[in-house]
Amino acid sequence: MRQVVRSGDYDLDLEELVIEGEGDRMTLSVGPHHPSTHGVLRMVLEIEGERIVKATPEVGFLHTGIEKTAENLTWQQAITVIDRMDYLAPLSNNLGYVLAVEKLLGLEVPPRARILRLLFTELQRMASHLLWLGTTALDIGSQSVLMYAFDLREGILDLFEEASGARMNPSYFRVGGIAQDIPEGFEDMCRRFLDRVPERIREIRNILDENPIWLDRLKGVGVISAEDAIAWGVTGPNLRACGVPYDVRKAFPYAGYDEFEFDVPVGENGDCYDRYVVRMEEIMESYRLCRQALARLPRGPVMVNDRKIALPPKHEVRQSMEALIHHFKLVSYGFDVPAGEVYQALESPRGEIGFYVVSNGKNKPWRVRVRGPAFYNVFAMPVMMQGALLADMVAIIATVDPVFGEVDR
Amino acid sequence: MEMTNNQFFLTSVEKFVRWAQKSSIWPLTFGLACCAIEMMNLVSPRYDMAQFGAEVFRSTPRQADLMIVSGRLSNKMVPVIEQVYRQMPEPKWVIAMGACASSGGIFDNYAIVQGVDEVLPVDIYVPGCPPSPDAVLYAVLKLREAIASGQAHGGVMRA
Amino acid sequence: MSGVRRQREPYTGGAEAMAYVRDEIVPALVAAFGDGVVPLETPFEMPQVQVAPGQLAAVARWLKDRGFNMLVDVGGVDYLPRKPRFEVVYHLLALPQLWRLRLRVPVEEDEAEVPTVSDVWPSAAAAEREVWDLFGIRFAGHPNLTRILMPDDWVGHPLRKDYPLQGPRAQLPAHAAERNRYHAPKLPGDPPGTAGLPGGAKGGK
Ligand code: SF4
Repeated sequence: MRQVVRSGDYDLDLEELVIEGEGDRMTLSVGPHHPSTHGVLRMVLEIEGERIVKATPEVGFLHTGIEKTAENLTWQQAITVIDRMDYLAPLSNNLGYVLAVEKLLGLEVPPRARILRLLFTELQRMASHLLWLGTTALDIGSQSVLMYAFDLREGILDLFEEASGARMNPSYFRVGGIAQDIPEGFEDMCRRFLDRVPERIREIRNILDENPIWLDRLKGVGVISAEDAIAWGVTGPNLRACGVPYDVRKAFPYAGYDEFEFDVPVGENGDCYDRYVVRMEEIMESYRLCRQALARLPRGPVMVNDRKIALPPKHEVRQSMEALIHHFKLVSYGFDVPAGEVYQALESPRGEIGFYVVSNGKNKPWRVRVRGPAFYNVFAMPVMMQGALLADMVAIIATVDPVFGEVDR
Repeated sequence: MEMTNNQFFLTSVEKFVRWAQKSSIWPLTFGLACCAIEMMNLVSPRYDMAQFGAEVFRSTPRQADLMIVSGRLSNKMVPVIEQVYRQMPEPKWVIAMGACASSGGIFDNYAIVQGVDEVLPVDIYVPGCPPSPDAVLYAVLKLREAIASGQAHGGVMRA
Repeated sequence: MSGVRRQREPYTGGAEAMAYVRDEIVPALVAAFGDGVVPLETPFEMPQVQVAPGQLAAVARWLKDRGFNMLVDVGGVDYLPRKPRFEVVYHLLALPQLWRLRLRVPVEEDEAEVPTVSDVWPSAAAAEREVWDLFGIRFAGHPNLTRILMPDDWVGHPLRKDYPLQGPRAQLPAHAAERNRYHAPKLPGDPPGTAGLPGGAKGGK
């Protein structure tokens, strides 16, 4: 006997929930519109009673054609679409892309720009982890943590707004530096914000760390071994939770991370709880990095002094014909980048994000291939879900922290 | 509504119904992309949509009145959004949040539908990439006005 | 409870590791496979080699046995009008040695097929589906080579250089309103006049 039941949220055809007569195995489709999938993931689960036998993720519901669109924009313009890929950490995307292009161009950015970039990327990491924390806690059932985390995250968004004019998707970095210098008083504002961080993180950890519900839902759930994680291409906090201390910032230093002091927090069990602790500790490491960056922020320009790449300052454009021509050329045509291929890896809040940029010597990228860490993390989820309870699926999806803009690009 | 001698309440049924509808708009959690993150901010302490009776984000379309389409709509997602919209009970309203939902935004390409109004009737468009939560709050206020004045009926699906 | 973190030194020294790959592993690889593997210049640190499609499976096994345990990425590039037109690019990483290596596999347009490496690195399965979806390069022996990002009934492979940016909309009459309309995948019984288009024009606007 075969019975077809319509599920509440979504069914393409009528066969969303198929209960087969013999045995009690059934197929359950979760998503793409489901509150626990953090976006538009569809999970097709085969369950026996409450146990998950097999999970198959289906992605692509947010495919945006970002890679193709980037091929049709100039090098500098492509930053805007690359921003919108991993929308929880747009500045990490920005940084990876501009570093790749700068490698092709052989550019060295001024020290002030380098350190500002580091500062903003680390703020971004904090913001991303805070948002992750809030939504995960909400999924597990703690709404107050959501409020605490969002409140703190607002502080970071304010800083972004102050510097770049946009709360999210700031497109603040440029090939050759950053778009504009930080406004006056920004450093104090940033310090005032940072003063709030340790206290608030301690508060949140007080709520969660020893909370029996939190522990029950996360400890020993969604375990993945280090070997499996590596084989499935898992990176970032998810990999470090398994005890593998791989962090691109330490392994392949970029943007001057080797001059700064920070630790790489590592878990040991590879379960949901360790993923939580690793992220919480990373917030504090980012906090340390931000403090150091503020302390040694040098004075100076924030853009390379190369009129073929950087826009001339406005007052020059008004007076000098040459500057006007440069301005016109940069805005309309952009600049050529020497032919070649380059792969730039960096540590985004979700793991190793890689930009494989191919240039054919023209003013537009020939190909921007993005290795999205979330893409590989999502496809490792079935390993974590094997044999888990149905309710654990929520915890597993939440702690893996997928961002579908980046999975689907 | 008008009070008579502090004892009666004279109103037409329609006005009363509209008043009830506008005062408790329950939005659907339909997050698609970047804009969804800003939509989540609506319930955060700073913006607090609860003051307008619209903070109860429902996960199932059967209990929601308002769909805030927050983000870019891809071709693959179209059957899903149509289905979810059909599952919402009437009256139902749609806010297109952000440039992508309103017009395709910066993604004029093969994957993205150039505005959700191609597939759903939209009541209010919110510009911005992403619009700040204030802008969405303003849109919700506008929607309340439109409901109260009878301009927004809570449409039926076209075609 | 939360204090029990095993302290481990993070992996460091990526630059030396890549130099080691360039000086030691690549020559050994070339020696083992002869014509099938051609070392390429390495302008930006990461060593790269060109691998003939026929040799890829064997090369992948060889590298996996030497320690390259993570397949970081599989991506395609379309070099139209060059011949061979496509290239499939594999980025490998070895943990904890931090070796990195890039394999570039040229692919002809007519026989766009390379062997799958998903039996060597499971993470390849999803990434190869994406390359098939966006470039139309087949992976022989892949367990489930279906579209992953685009809808199943989509026609064409969007990241090919001769695929228009606007997709099916670009083939419509150059009438702005018409071009911007959403086109549902073509269904049997759609009105004539939309032949050749992946999407039939959706009425009822
Ligand atoms: S309008 Fe902007 S922020 Fe909103 S979904 Fe589109 S790209 Fe993202």
